[in-house]
Amino acid sequence: MFKICNKRRLNSNVTLIDVEAPAVAKKAKAGQFIILRTDEFGERVPFTIAGCDREAGTVQVIYQIVGKTTMQLDTLEAGDCLADFAGPLGKPTEIEGLDRVAVVGGGVGCAIAMPIAKALHEQGSKVDIIAGFRSKDIVILEEEMRGMCDNYYLMTDDGTTGEHGFTTTKLQQLLEAGEKYDCVIAIGPVIMMKFVVATAKPFDVPTMVSLNPIMIDGTGMCGCCRVSINGEMKFACVDGPDFDGYSVDFDELIRRNGYYKEQEAHGKEHICNLTGGVRHA
Amino acid sequence: MPNMSPTKVAMPEQDPKARAKNFDEVACGYTAEMAQEEAARCLNCKKPVCIEGCPVLVHIPDFIQKVVEGEFEQAYEIIASTNSLPAVCGRVCPQETQCESKCIRGLRSEPVAIGRLERFVADWHIEHSEKRSIEIVPNGHKVAIVGSGPAGLTCAGDLAMAGCDVTVFEAFHECGGVLVYGIPEFRLPKAIVKREVEGLEDLGVKFRKDVVIGRTMTIDELFEDGYETIFVGSGAGLPMFMGIEGETLLGVFSANEYLTRINLMKAFREDYDTPAPRSRCVAVIGGGNVAMDAARSALRMGAEKVMIVYRRSMEELPARAEEVQHAIEEGVEFNLLRNPVKILSDENGYVCGMECIKMELGEPDASGRRRPVPIEGSEFTMECDAVIMALGTRANPIIGQTTEGLDLNKWNCIVADEESAATTREGVYAGGDAVTGAATVILAMGAGKQAAKSMLEFMGVE
Repeated sequence: MFKICNKRRLNSNVTLIDVEAPAVAKKAKAGQFIILRTDEFGERVPFTIAGCDREAGTVQVIYQIVGKTTMQLDTLEAGDCLADFAGPLGKPTEIEGLDRVAVVGGGVGCAIAMPIAKALHEQGSKVDIIAGFRSKDIVILEEEMRGMCDNYYLMTDDGTTGEHGFTTTKLQQLLEAGEKYDCVIAIGPVIMMKFVVATAKPFDVPTMVSLNPIMIDGTGMCGCCRVSINGEMKFACVDGPDFDGYSVDFDELIRRNGYYKEQEAHGKEHICNLTGGVRHA
Repeated sequence: MPNMSPTKVAMPEQDPKARAKNFDEVACGYTAEMAQEEAARCLNCKKPVCIEGCPVLVHIPDFIQKVVEGEFEQAYEIIASTNSLPAVCGRVCPQETQCESKCIRGLRSEPVAIGRLERFVADWHIEHSEKRSIEIVPNGHKVAIVGSGPAGLTCAGDLAMAGCDVTVFEAFHECGGVLVYGIPEFRLPKAIVKREVEGLEDLGVKFRKDVVIGRTMTIDELFEDGYETIFVGSGAGLPMFMGIEGETLLGVFSANEYLTRINLMKAFREDYDTPAPRSRCVAVIGGGNVAMDAARSALRMGAEKVMIVYRRSMEELPARAEEVQHAIEEGVEFNLLRNPVKILSDENGYVCGMECIKMELGEPDASGRRRPVPIEGSEFTMECDAVIMALGTRANPIIGQTTEGLDLNKWNCIVADEESAATTREGVYAGGDAVTGAATVILAMGAGKQAAKSMLEFMGVE
């Protein structure tokens, strides 16, 4: 069992937890993920590691409440335990040798962008962060991320805070203004990553994306997380989750990620009001 | 006087129509009377060739004689002295190509039902016996086992019996490897696997779940932690696909994914959260045991029509005869000498059919089986809304990628000596699907057993 030792709501829909998992904390690197299961009846779900404290032996995970599992997860409070927490999985983000990087985070994707920006910042790279949200009330991690970059650009779709526009609006501006990046690293909704790639391509800036296909085991066994990279089949859990953005078939990924949406919408998306999510094996 | 009946005592089974809709075990097992009647068919040969057919060398005639005498617990002790997982093997071993293929009775009639008897004895033990109280003298040697599948469990059992301090590291949340994620409940109830794992815990074996060796800890770190020797039985890895158009469409699964959702993640049960693929018409590509498991699971998940699509003929089907028989009885259709060329998509990216080509058998290939050759111009379309690829697997890449000095072959399988199970890294042994690619439970167990022997020699234990 893995104890949740801290829980903090970042906005009405996004929550941060610190989980006691010393073995994972010891090895975790930016870009890697874990698989957790809330209880005996839960799914195995991947979450990218948002940070870790090696001394305290804790691993930070930030989740958005989108479906049954995250609803179930959100019924747990500090002091409660997760049934399973395995990792760190996937390959770490390759940040060596990058001097100047634009890190683009969209929505809850900022949780994944943060440790990468931090690692880059700590190795002395010059980092620009472009963080995009729908609206002011769901902005997360602004303060944390400001502390790990040279320039922080906040964008909202509706202009309620920061600048009005998408992350791609800002990236386009910066690239047009002549900013020279060794790499753009984009993490967020698949559609955003697709457009970041489209924005960077005319400027010939290498762009890396972190993919989030549906997974089950996360250890290179089931083949569910296959993605097409330059027309070749790759598995995000062991070959990724980072891939060269120019080579990714984003439309296919969007389609595949929607496969269980209908089923989740019917029937299974419900936490029992009587038990408040407590289930017995 | 032996029972000279030419046929095996029939195995009671659930009615095919009923069982195709539930996940309860298909074969119900012998009663004591049936077992004794069948056991009496054994001639108790002076030179028991059946044993040669068993990768873990169960003393077959000895245990069968104990069944004849009604001494079931003694029969169990005889099996368990060489086989750590009798209740599993009695259910899933391909006996017809192993022990039973050698049985003298099989020359003129049906061989003795060794597998069914093994299952009876193991189940009898589970039902009637207390914890086994075996005196084990600790030898002070600490060993690590990577993976709790059949290879790892067997290796762990033998090393624990020899007195080693054994820790098994499992990546998943449940122990058993392919026995829990791959083989369906209706063929191997998970309660049985759990009981076999508990049996090893009774021997002092420690299990650490949610530890992915190669990620959470590396092989080198295990050595640093004081493990003297390590067995890698990390099992099958990434599933193979055909490389044809349409394999990323919605509704195309690897058998690994399909079976893992249903078996490990219990998608067939309402009380579990895992979403289950609900398909009406399912095509399963392949002809092995995994293909049969996937096809029969699809029926149970509510598919109206399930087809096996295999490029050779019935004769070459690599699956166990019993699985094929069961699949036919339950209503699985066999489309033989057919090979998919392309998976067809509807306007939303969902599978709506498959283009196949007819095949004929040509000259025997390197494997000795007649090679399937496409018949030009014979393409045709079949309708389906799900395609399950059961074409075998490659090895899991994680340990290979993270361990210095561990040689892999061109399929990324770990290179290990066939006799000793030794890898190219000193102190590291390997076996099972991680070495051979997709094979059988019993072969993995044989490798685990062989490795245990080598590991004891390596540590200088008598």
